[in-house]
Amino acid sequence: MRWSSRFFGKRRTTWALTALLVTASGSGGVSGILGGLGCGAQTLPALAVPPANPTGRFLVVLDAAHGGDDPGARLNGGSEKTFTLAFSVRLRSILAARGIQVITTRESDANLEFDRRAEMANHASAQACLSLHGSESGSGVHLFVSNLAPIEAERFAPWRTAQAAWVSRSLALAGTLNTTLLQAGMTVTLGRTALPGMDSMICPAVAVEIAPERGPGKKLIAELDDAGYQARVAATLAAALLEWRGEAHQP
Amino acid sequence: MIPRYQTVLFIVLAVASIAMGVALWQLRDRAHQRLLTSDDSAPTQAPEVAPAEEATILVASDAAGTLLPQVQSLPLPTDPGSRARAVLGKLLDLYAAPDAAHPVPGGAGSIAQVFLLPAQSVASYPSEVRPRGAIAPGLASPSRNSQATGDELAVVNLTGAFVAGHPSGIETETLTVMSICGTLHANLPRVTQVRFLVDGQPRATLAGHADLTRTYLAIEAAPTGGAH
Repeated sequence: MRWSSRFFGKRRTTWALTALLVTASGSGGVSGILGGLGCGAQTLPALAVPPANPTGRFLVVLDAAHGGDDPGARLNGGSEKTFTLAFSVRLRSILAARGIQVITTRESDANLEFDRRAEMANHASAQACLSLHGSESGSGVHLFVSNLAPIEAERFAPWRTAQAAWVSRSLALAGTLNTTLLQAGMTVTLGRTALPGMDSMICPAVAVEIAPERGPGKKLIAELDDAGYQARVAATLAAALLEWRGEAHQP
Repeated sequence: MIPRYQTVLFIVLAVASIAMGVALWQLRDRAHQRLLTSDDSAPTQAPEVAPAEEATILVASDAAGTLLPQVQSLPLPTDPGSRARAVLGKLLDLYAAPDAAHPVPGGAGSIAQVFLLPAQSVASYPSEVRPRGAIAPGLASPSRNSQATGDELAVVNLTGAFVAGHPSGIETETLTVMSICGTLHANLPRVTQVRFLVDGQPRATLAGHADLTRTYLAIEAAPTGGAH
């Protein structure tokens, strides 16, 4: 029995989900698999994608996942809803200090439906939408893009699959985030997934799931509640969004 | 002096009581005999055990964020539905093991049922609309072509206890969903689509993240160029 894999030429019998899964280390070595994210941005068929920045302004939507009676994952000493809200506030402050306009979907412990979050992002006509999550599993930062296949932009789009017209831009945004995080020495896992809410957004959208930082042998380096770790991830994401702003302003 | 009618009544009641006692005794004996007879009708031979076969299980790893194929030997029934349940049970047993790379409590009992139905098709829609690995509700439509090719939709009914105990997170939930899809397709190549129910009911997400209202394309989680 012979199995072939479609990864970076690595002879590992690892299989990707649809959720492509690329695990890259800070040293630049790719230790996992890629089903279409990083390289997918280059190999996708030529489709009419939405213009990068039709309004000329640059606006970022930060969606702190969960809230209210939906605590999300149980994290070390807390809940995911608390972590995402705190991280959203931290990232918003850094972005605002660098002159980037930010809209957050929630500023308090409130539970928003998936559709309501997408509505807020869509009304903002943002150039980047980040859905913020936290997890105890895995290591470093996990970046997820919708697994909808890219389609041409149309005037009217089905609500549940509206992100399909923006997947190419979302992949490009994930690529920019990935590059910057790797340059900062962080472990990054790239993936594709079906995430309610994000699939209805009409903006370059990436789900950012932050996990504890682990070294070789799963040795714990920094917990999620480590303020220094949070600050480092937030600063790196802000730097990536600054770079994305430069790309978005290019014709 | 006891009146005659009272004597007669007493005798009648006494006879009736004795008769009922005898009848009750006989009914008890008959019930006892029936129990003994049912014991005798119990099978004297052990039920036939399905022969052990090799099955490819796609096992998730949280640390690497990947699905790794493992070939396991396990008894596989000939009935496709039971076969699907057996391979998924093995997958979840591996996740429930103490040293699992993708720890999820529950084990084989977390798969309540697996139903195999003729696949729905997205053939009537342009290929570019089809999601990679997931189809939005409403996009699927019955197709004569799928019936001709024998493609099947697997409906996996998970138990509520499994979902309640599943760790929450995008990566861990996506890995669980895709390993189920990939394992089904690797062992039942006709299964091209997978849907999920929890205790027989639709559910929005697995544990707050992965969308369970979608029809997942099993082939997207399967290996390319694999042979069975």
